[in-house]
Amino acid sequence: MSKQMTGAKMVVQALKDQGVEVVFGYPGGAVLPIYDELFLQNDIRHILVRHEQGAVHMAEGYARSTGKPGVALVTSGPGATNAVTGLTDALMDSIPIVVLTGQVPTFMIGTDGFQEADTVGITRPCTKMNWLVKDTAKLSDTIHQAFHVATHGRPGPVLIDIPKDVQFATADYTPAEKARVSHYQPRTEGDADQIARLVELMETAERPIFYTGGGVINSGPRASQLLRELVAETNFPITSTLMGLGSYPASGKNWVGMLGMHGLYEANLAMHGCDVMINIGARFDDRITGRIKDFSPKSKKAHIDIDPSSINKVIRVDVPIVGDVTRVLEEVLRQWRARGSRTDQRGLASWWKQIDEWRAVKCLSYKNSTTTIKPQYALERLEALTKGMDRYITTEVGQHQMWAAQFLGFEDPNRWMTSGGLGTMGYGLPASIGVQIAHPDALVINVAGEASWLMNMQEMGTAMQFRAPVKQFILNNERLGMVRQWQELLHGERYSSSWSESLPDFVKLAEAFGCKGIKCEDPKDLDDAIMEMIRYDGPVIFDCLVEKHENCFPMIPSGKPHNEMLLSADAAAFRSGAVLV
Amino acid sequence: MSALNIKKGSTSHSAYDLRSALSEIEESHTLAVIVENEPGVLARVIGLFSGRGYNIDSLTVAEVDHTGHRSRITIVTRGTPAVIDQIEKQLSRMVPVHAVHDLTAEGPSVQRELALVKVQGKGDHRIEALRLAEIFRANVVDSTLESFVFEMTGTPEKIDAFAELMRPLGLVEIARTGVAALARGV
Repeated sequence: MSKQMTGAKMVVQALKDQGVEVVFGYPGGAVLPIYDELFLQNDIRHILVRHEQGAVHMAEGYARSTGKPGVALVTSGPGATNAVTGLTDALMDSIPIVVLTGQVPTFMIGTDGFQEADTVGITRPCTKMNWLVKDTAKLSDTIHQAFHVATHGRPGPVLIDIPKDVQFATADYTPAEKARVSHYQPRTEGDADQIARLVELMETAERPIFYTGGGVINSGPRASQLLRELVAETNFPITSTLMGLGSYPASGKNWVGMLGMHGLYEANLAMHGCDVMINIGARFDDRITGRIKDFSPKSKKAHIDIDPSSINKVIRVDVPIVGDVTRVLEEVLRQWRARGSRTDQRGLASWWKQIDEWRAVKCLSYKNSTTTIKPQYALERLEALTKGMDRYITTEVGQHQMWAAQFLGFEDPNRWMTSGGLGTMGYGLPASIGVQIAHPDALVINVAGEASWLMNMQEMGTAMQFRAPVKQFILNNERLGMVRQWQELLHGERYSSSWSESLPDFVKLAEAFGCKGIKCEDPKDLDDAIMEMIRYDGPVIFDCLVEKHENCFPMIPSGKPHNEMLLSADAAAFRSGAVLV
Repeated sequence: MSALNIKKGSTSHSAYDLRSALSEIEESHTLAVIVENEPGVLARVIGLFSGRGYNIDSLTVAEVDHTGHRSRITIVTRGTPAVIDQIEKQLSRMVPVHAVHDLTAEGPSVQRELALVKVQGKGDHRIEALRLAEIFRANVVDSTLESFVFEMTGTPEKIDAFAELMRPLGLVEIARTGVAALARGV
């Protein structure tokens, strides 16, 4: 027996059937019928944002920290176009979110109606899939399908555009279990023969390394568990991309740190010098590989990825394995154990000796100061004072993001939310709110730069309204730090438009929002100030005035191989003509 | 040419992929993409090509299964083997795409295109155009005292050759459908 209802009611019903508890959104003319239905129920909580971009980043933060799809609801026209950055961000980082947009009534589509935009046209390249629903009878089915697509295979953002007349009209509701989830059933099981080849490589490897990425986290907590077993039993070193931090604990003894452009010396050199590279859910991003032709030239490479198009896209691999990380690692462990859990112990011992020599370089060391807060020091103190707490970290984009990745330790997956692929300034504040809504009692800190933070600072209003006690830890160098760094090193110290001028007084700004502002500029006061931030029951804007000209190292100039890494500000290496992108 | 005399770099006559993995030589491939016939699918497929910088030399599309709502998109594209491999994988992972066949790599195939060719002329030119049309098995589908419209079907190369011959004889306009292709045999 199917139930008749309006399209608007269907939306709410379908969301409930999909287990949705929170929707981040902003009302407008074309979604008013849905807002009516939200008003009439109490199962789904609506978080009113201050800008639609914020809604999508909140949905992303929610999704990344829970593993469940995040949902955003916005109106037509500007509501939809404002969501585009968030959709692209989620596409690049493979985050499952479902965005519902209102649309002008079907009979007005194409007439340049008020707040009309070609939403499915605009969002086609930045969604995994999108739909314009012109018939109420197909609406509930499409919503169920959208959740299926967003969460299966390589996760990603989907969008459903719903004209206002479709929301008003009545039709039969299709329950989730009867929905046509389409033919979209990506393969999750890895090819057993390829896995056998990987196991053989593991048994004979002298200088192996696990290179892990966001795919491990997307595959669910079991994937991280299996990864930890595999690392412990093989004693292979493990590095991770920015996106994969936390799948293996930073305190684990095989951890060699993050790799990539601002990755650790030992991680990058181990990648360069390994003889067997096992890529688990990473995608050979250009920030990882550097110059392609010199990337890890002597290694056999295996690549586990759920998306076949990631394999051989940038780097040709010897053992391609298409499948879900959890399923593949189960099979890898099963086969490897069945064959006697063998590794080349002698080879490994000398490999670890080599890695320890690289570690001894202490690539993250910096010159501390007793008068100025160094950003690295601020993060070291934040790490020390929050370690062991139920902690989630989000970031904006830039130097602070890289320092956070270098100096904060992540022990578990889903604890680190950062805009990796797209590099979206303005991501961290709304993402932190999304995380806090999902984990009301946790300590949620957005490590920010002042320039990024200003991009979506209006969302402090959302944090206040919904009592999300997010801590905005702003490393304020009054500069667009990463831009400034590149200008110093590569553009003849011409600091074109990279000063954050006319900054607000962040403490007064906090007071204006009704939350707490803390300013700290003396290293001696830092610990107390951080503790004050943590203890305060409510949102905090922490203005941490740091050294203005600190550069982020190590750094591999793009277009350079891993073994040509800069450990300090010696700009000589740049003069050879590397072109950075 | 014996059946085993396989041209180097070609895959069309072999069950094995004989292409050098790292070849930088561009090849032309014909892809058949079976998609759900729903709004926006063609835009999604074309958007992939423009967004990722792939080439489209020819593209045709029509619904081929009216009850199952399946359309067949035939794309002729160019690229190095690595790029062709990416195109195939990028297409395959699209949600509304059911199947992708690289007809060039999978085995022999037949490829046909239809063209309408308008030629304007008088006297000897007119007679010569008609004579050549006969050689190419083109049909006259419209005629005035000063013009013909020829209809012809064939490989893109055959149509190119015919158009080249018609140029000095008064070619004024040409419409082509793009390539439709099927694998040979079953």
